[in-house]
Amino acid sequence: MTVNTLKNNVQKNGLLLSIKRNLGILVGLAILCTIIAINSPVFLTTKNIMNVLRQISANLFVACGMTIILIAGGIDLSVGSTIAVIGVAAASFLDMGMSVPLTVLACLGVGAFIGFINGFIISRTKITPFIVTLSMANVLRGLAYVYTGATTIRINDRGYINIGTGFLGPVPLPAIYIAVVLMIVYLILNKSRLGRHIYAIGGNEKAARFSGIDVKKVRLLIYIFSGLMAAVASITLSARSYSGNPTAGEGAEMDAIAAVVLGGISMAGGNGHISGTIIGALIIGVINNGLNLMGIHSFWQMILKGVIILVAVYADYMKNARSNKASEA
Amino acid sequence: MPKNTPLLELKDIHKRFPGVYALQGVSFDLYSGEVHALLGENGAGKSTLVKILSGIYSKDQGEIVIDGKPVKITNANEALENGLSVIHQELVLVPHLSIAENLFLGREPMLRNGLVDFKSMNVQTQKFLAEFGLSLEPEAEIASLTIAQQQMVEVVKAISFNARIIAMDEPTSSLTDKEVNSLFSHIRDLAKRGIGIIYISHRMSELFEIADRVTVLRDGKYIGTRNVNETTADELITMTVGRPISKYYNRTYNTNNEVILEVKDLCSRKVKNVNFDLRKGEILGFSGLVGAGRSETMRAILGIDKITGGTVEFEGEKIQVKNTAQMIEKGFSMVPEDRKEEGIFLFQTLKFNLTLKTIKEFIHFIFVKNAKEDEIADKYMHSLSIKAPDTQTVMNSLSGGNQQKVVISSWLATQPKILILDEPTRGIDVGTKSEIYEIMNELAKKGVSIMMISSDLPEILNLSDRVVVMCEGTTTAILDHTEATQEKVLQCAVKI
Repeated sequence: MTVNTLKNNVQKNGLLLSIKRNLGILVGLAILCTIIAINSPVFLTTKNIMNVLRQISANLFVACGMTIILIAGGIDLSVGSTIAVIGVAAASFLDMGMSVPLTVLACLGVGAFIGFINGFIISRTKITPFIVTLSMANVLRGLAYVYTGATTIRINDRGYINIGTGFLGPVPLPAIYIAVVLMIVYLILNKSRLGRHIYAIGGNEKAARFSGIDVKKVRLLIYIFSGLMAAVASITLSARSYSGNPTAGEGAEMDAIAAVVLGGISMAGGNGHISGTIIGALIIGVINNGLNLMGIHSFWQMILKGVIILVAVYADYMKNARSNKASEA
Repeated sequence: MPKNTPLLELKDIHKRFPGVYALQGVSFDLYSGEVHALLGENGAGKSTLVKILSGIYSKDQGEIVIDGKPVKITNANEALENGLSVIHQELVLVPHLSIAENLFLGREPMLRNGLVDFKSMNVQTQKFLAEFGLSLEPEAEIASLTIAQQQMVEVVKAISFNARIIAMDEPTSSLTDKEVNSLFSHIRDLAKRGIGIIYISHRMSELFEIADRVTVLRDGKYIGTRNVNETTADELITMTVGRPISKYYNRTYNTNNEVILEVKDLCSRKVKNVNFDLRKGEILGFSGLVGAGRSETMRAILGIDKITGGTVEFEGEKIQVKNTAQMIEKGFSMVPEDRKEEGIFLFQTLKFNLTLKTIKEFIHFIFVKNAKEDEIADKYMHSLSIKAPDTQTVMNSLSGGNQQKVVISSWLATQPKILILDEPTRGIDVGTKSEIYEIMNELAKKGVSIMMISSDLPEILNLSDRVVVMCEGTTTAILDHTEATQEKVLQCAVKI
């Protein structure tokens, strides 16, 4: 029987391994950047690159949460609506005179709470995560509209606005938050017991249970984390847009799933690495940014984005199909 | 019985896969009305040969001849058209459709108006089931049937295609003795009708009971063919393994140590009043028909199912079984019945599978001691002679026997006091089986107490120090190995 050596294992030369593993999409990203750079001189300027980093940060936060959830075999369709709710909440808290730090804390709390409700229902009942989070999405979006009467609440607090628009030297603040979050996710997935449990549950839930893993607890935790990530995304977004908007985050879950799937993580669960998600989010961000710079109409952008994602996922599938066939003897 | 021209001839079949020379010039013939067994270790090429016959793989070289005429089989339809029907080891029924719908999948009888004729489908299915002595409803959903019943449905399905050659790959792995007898009488009926049967099984006793001839493959090569009544189990084992296995079941019996586990009147939703005790360093066999409640008893003890009554005493102290993690902490471990569904993480590495239950030893907070993890993985990969290039190999490229060894190893790594094995040698080749028996004997000698559930009576009778017999959710007898016989066990396994 042929040997199918899994390259997806974190070893000492982690960076080299990441590159090898994600070679397909890295090449894709390089080609994309080359095409855009040729067509637009602005693309590779520092200012634009920083822009891209800031723009993908919101999606990356959500994608981090989504990565963990997809690896565990679940899904969270409520993140977009959560972003709306928390943006509105932030604006309201600030309006009521709450200080910026307290507002941030309260928003994180709301996000965690929403995640807790999702996780609780999912872990204690047999209802699929798809339905639970989809319903929650509707409820939350509705709540946001009801509360605001479908208007936006303006944010004037300079301190809060700086969270999303500020810089540390040449680096936008959100890029720093994203670096911290990515480090946390990397540590959870690769260096903690919880991470192993997550991979195990996604790989074979029954076997995980028989191995003594507390499946309920892990499920609860990962949805709370997803809610927290949506909260972080929402805070940076609302800060940048100076408002709490009940329409914020429309389609955020789809963008996050696109980034994760582009990064090579299977929807069935049990495998995948955060490095893939980063590249996936970069590809989407670069497409958005590049097509804008080239003056291409946003409707065409939609079409192009869809096609590129399909091609990338298909390429990944072909690569896996070939290696799976070889091991069948 | 044998006629002059073979019904089926496979001549010099070769098949290569990337990195594996699966069949190296294998020849095989089958006469009408004959039951011809195919024997060999995992990786010997039996499944590959059968898959070529059923059109799933195409041969690289060689000829397939039916009734003296060479035929081409490149897909499943061509196989069926040539009268070849295969029942695979992995059941291929659709769980949420009914028995009738599965039987007629792809060839549903239609009404004039273009809709499916369910009535006719159900009536015909009922006939097939009755012919086979199965008291199942044609409209019953497959998912509601036991594995044994599902296998019987697979057999009925193959027969419903009016095949002239039926290949069965490990058809009895989940059947009780009674169901096996029923299957065998049907196989004899089919043989009388002139159908040729290719029978793949690791169970020697079955071969001697049902087969006329047996062909042995080893490492993709044809080793030899014997008439069943002119050979012995020892000769066959030697042919499959390539070396004499001097003692197949080799045990140092041991029944006199102190009691380590005492279960009194245990009840859960699936079992009632289960009573037995387990002594240190013994192998306690659990026998009974499928559905007797053996696996369910273990699930209750391990905190997977809820205990509704009775007591569990471990090392002299009454314990409250709360959850699986707690029982594992205490020293319990269980190798589940269905390794693919419940035991292994198929797309993860050997290392992941071997070390998952012992991550406490090398992951503290966010610090992973890679060296320690490698140490654990390497130790247990070698101690059980798991055949794989290294611990980074992915599980899905291992044979069934090696996968089972990985599951057992992963539990041994927790250094358990009690090891529960649920059908530990199901679907595993002769050589690996004997290795597992040896491992069990060594563990028992070291003081590990083993509870083994098995439907293979010779296995239970030869390996156990004592045998617990269960029937319909409760324990009916505990027999010492000196007094346990096939008849006694069967008596206690059946409700009078």
